[in-house]
Amino acid sequence: MGRGVCEGWFKMSDLWGIYALWYREAKVFLREKSRLVSSTVNPLIWLVAFGGGLGASISIGGAGYQAFIFPGVLMLVVLFTTIFFGLYVVWDKKIDFFKEVLVSPLKRTSIFVGKMLGGCTDGLIQSGIIILFGPLFGINYTAYSLGLVILFVLLLAMGTTSLGLAIGSQMTSFEGFGLVQSFVILPLFFLSGALYPIDNLPAWLSWITYANPLTYIVDGMRGALLGESSFPIVLDLGVAAAYVAVLVAIGTFAFKKMT
Amino acid sequence: MIIQTFGITKRYKNITAVNHIDLSIEEGKIFGLLGPNGAGKTTLLSMLATLIPPTEGTAKVNGYDIRKEPGKVRASIGMVFQTPSSDEILTGRENLYLHALLYGVPKEEREKRIEDVLELVDLADRANDLVKTYSGGMRRRLELARGLLHRPKILFLDEPTLGLDPQTRQHIWDYIKRLSKEQGVTIIITTHYMEEADSLCDRVAIIDYGEIKALDSPSMLKMKVGKSMIKARVESPNLDYIRGLPYVIKAEAKDGTVTIILSEAGAHIQEILCNLGNVSFVELREPTLNDVFLQITGKEMRVESAEGWAEVYARAGSR
Ligand SMILES: Nc1ncnc2c1ncn2[C@@H]1O[C@H](COP(=O)(O)OP(=O)(O)O)[C@@H](O)[C@H]1O
Ligand SMILES: [Mg+2]
Repeated sequence: MGRGVCEGWFKMSDLWGIYALWYREAKVFLREKSRLVSSTVNPLIWLVAFGGGLGASISIGGAGYQAFIFPGVLMLVVLFTTIFFGLYVVWDKKIDFFKEVLVSPLKRTSIFVGKMLGGCTDGLIQSGIIILFGPLFGINYTAYSLGLVILFVLLLAMGTTSLGLAIGSQMTSFEGFGLVQSFVILPLFFLSGALYPIDNLPAWLSWITYANPLTYIVDGMRGALLGESSFPIVLDLGVAAAYVAVLVAIGTFAFKKMT
Repeated sequence: MIIQTFGITKRYKNITAVNHIDLSIEEGKIFGLLGPNGAGKTTLLSMLATLIPPTEGTAKVNGYDIRKEPGKVRASIGMVFQTPSSDEILTGRENLYLHALLYGVPKEEREKRIEDVLELVDLADRANDLVKTYSGGMRRRLELARGLLHRPKILFLDEPTLGLDPQTRQHIWDYIKRLSKEQGVTIIITTHYMEEADSLCDRVAIIDYGEIKALDSPSMLKMKVGKSMIKARVESPNLDYIRGLPYVIKAEAKDGTVTIILSEAGAHIQEILCNLGNVSFVELREPTLNDVFLQITGKEMRVESAEGWAEVYARAGSR
């Protein structure tokens, strides 16, 4: 009888391990329906109230303010879903299920990848629901725009989950959650042009905005959905890819150092 | 030797949880680490399982160095943690499926092995319920099943029956014995229950303050301490004769009850009863691991338990 894991299985078994982690996250996510509902309703309220209210008195973009901020709200949903998914690894470290994972022959890198894919799935499902409501806010999809927006969502989710995992793997308690929200997520969001056009900003603000990778991601999504963008789509995609590459690298490193 | 430690040590800020332990554990046996809370059992196990690095020293598990080849060590072992580690939001079967994936159980064997281990721990009929709805004993059994799923050579069980009722505990012991016998797995178990170490383990290491204080088979450990006790209710005991017997260490009477400390009571009870006087009630107490612990460390392991004492009640009808 083959005891233990023989060497020949190694690569394959790592893939299965990644699948296992993803499977677990997906199950947990789908079983917690109340979380799903509340995190769908909030952004819709944003769109209806904020977009509708402010949109009534200002005019930005050709398709109306609600359509203008739609990519931004989509980004907000992905940001929150995935950063908290990542941070929750703090909790994982406390419950013993994760010890089970850590004591398995799986490489830390694989554990990281499995977790990250779990976060991406959460982000995709959550944003998928918002995307479904798009036509109500003046968004008309084509196969091209839908494909492109999903690609941006995916990249954003990969990068942000990695960021959350990187931070979470180094934290020992939940205390840091609020700090991450106040000093990482909200500044990144508000300074990204998610809610206003970035073409006529004062110089200091425009520098910050240009340095923010999320600016390019929301610009890319807006370009895909509304055909209005400040940068070429190739630049947006390039920055999004770099965002992923850098954060995945940091996250992998952080996971290796995790105790 | 399937496990060997070399001066393995773990220091926390102001405490040495494991202090230069050198251990050798034979393949295929049940090895017990017996010690009170805080003795360092979990810490030692966690180091062997490569969950935490030693401060000093190292160990070889299944021939692999825990510092140099943690991946191979982890592939050789299964671990059941002291605290429940199943995922509550998943069903029992899903937990096992996850584990099979994590440990690279080949696809074509997964289903069958999951069924087998579920059968082994009698959980087949509850396998599709959420773990949230399981009792403590069921969770424990699920974790045992999980620990076996990938057929590890070595299984670490950290306090496997902690907090379970006596009946469930007995049940789990039976499973563990069966595993050892039928699957030939080397089992390392930590416990602070004397009876558990006594009834399960081939060899027991008594650990206190991070150090091994004694190591032997339970019967040898008890033999070394060597004191049995006979308590008897006797109307007018013939104490002088009893005291004169070569194997009696001490004999005294108090409130009509005689207490005799001797070596190997089983072999000599006949002679004692015949010569003691008009005996109406006898209690025989063989030495327990508690006595061993007491002798070695100078303190009681715990006081609350009377379980596991070999008690023989006899009504002597001699007139
Ligand atoms: N992470 C830690 N930080 C500081 N002290 C610890 C840590 N883990 C264990 N200890 C201490 O090490 C000692 C041994 O603990 P442990 O191995 O859990 O004992 P046991 O499992 O035998 O009850 C205890 O005094 C415990 O408080
Ligand atoms: Mg312990």
